[in-house]
Amino acid sequence: MSALWTIFRRDLTLLLMGAPGRGGALLPLLFFLAVAMLYPFAVGPDAKLLARTGAGVIWVAALLAAILPLDRLVEPDLEAGFFDQWALRGIAEEGVLLLRILAHWLSFGVPLMLAAPLAAGLLNLDGAQLWTVEAGLLLGTPGLAAIGVTIAALTAGLRAGAALGGLLAIPLAVPLLIFGAGSLQPGGEGGLLLLAASGLAALAIAPFAAAGAIRAGRE
Amino acid sequence: MQPCRLAAYDLACRRGDRLLFKGVGFELTGGEALHLAGPNGIGKSSLMRILAGLLRAYNGHVEHEGTLALSDERPALDPHRPLGEALAFWRQIDRAGEARADFGLEDLLDVPVRYLSTGQRKRAALARLAASGARIWLLDEPLNGLDTHWGASAQAAIEAHRALGGIAVIASHQPLQLQKLRTLALLEHLP
Repeated sequence: MSALWTIFRRDLTLLLMGAPGRGGALLPLLFFLAVAMLYPFAVGPDAKLLARTGAGVIWVAALLAAILPLDRLVEPDLEAGFFDQWALRGIAEEGVLLLRILAHWLSFGVPLMLAAPLAAGLLNLDGAQLWTVEAGLLLGTPGLAAIGVTIAALTAGLRAGAALGGLLAIPLAVPLLIFGAGSLQPGGEGGLLLLAASGLAALAIAPFAAAGAIRAGRE
Repeated sequence: MQPCRLAAYDLACRRGDRLLFKGVGFELTGGEALHLAGPNGIGKSSLMRILAGLLRAYNGHVEHEGTLALSDERPALDPHRPLGEALAFWRQIDRAGEARADFGLEDLLDVPVRYLSTGQRKRAALARLAASGARIWLLDEPLNGLDTHWGASAQAAIEAHRALGGIAVIASHQPLQLQKLRTLALLEHLP
């Protein structure tokens, strides 16, 4: 247990603070806000249009921000031999990767939720919409983190793995996007439940799929 | 110290569609050391990974009593962190107390791992292995990048480990000056 705690502290420090060549939590956050800021410039300052489409833009920005750190989630540790050393010590990959999902979520999901009020202001969302967005992000970003770590484990060690990872993650994240953005439509409250369900399903499968990918990569 | 043992039975290894070696078997008990010899590409590293349980053998099986530690070309130390912190990470996981051999790293503990030379990095990896408290050491090319002086201290550390009843398996294309060293020539196990 204490070994996993040590590993988790390292994961969180690396993902929050970053390291040379690894970036930190700031990059996805700034990316997210940049999209929210650019959108009104692109479609014009029509307040009604912004209010109607803005929540969808927040979800697209959140999805893309989640993809941004993919190449540093698993690849550097695999390359440096960390996963082999953990396996030698009998520390299961599933546990390591579950903690990595948690650390990834804390370093991009939570900052996104903190930045959402600012993005909502830029996109002219009202208070009720903002609460729905926050609830949706709380329910959906763990699923995005789970998908991200799985794809990162699957593409680690491949050439152009980072670009490929982004392309693979997008279709898997589509249900989260649909339910997340859908929950903001009038009468779409059920979307939050479906969002939670698909997020939890991704979260339940991810540690095993990612661990399988790491083990298969050793052959 | 509890007894330890490492035994391999009729191991064969296949990479892709090529059989690298077959019929490799040995048994080591506390204090013994085995030198895996053979030219590049014969499968020394693959055999090492099979012994470590990281690679599945095409045939045969491995039995071990006692904890394993592996040192290969990847040191598993965070490149951006100072060496002291990078080693402390593994010390916290292994909880084995202080290392017996120090490999002359005291002056380098503040230096980020990525600024270390090849030989210094190798010494750091050996220090990590020695501090792990593992009973069975699997060393893949431990002398690579080490000069004569540190090569001799690395071998002295292996001897000290054996004197305490540990096992060492060393894959190396360089000659080793170890007492009562057994040798396994992989060339004799070509398919």
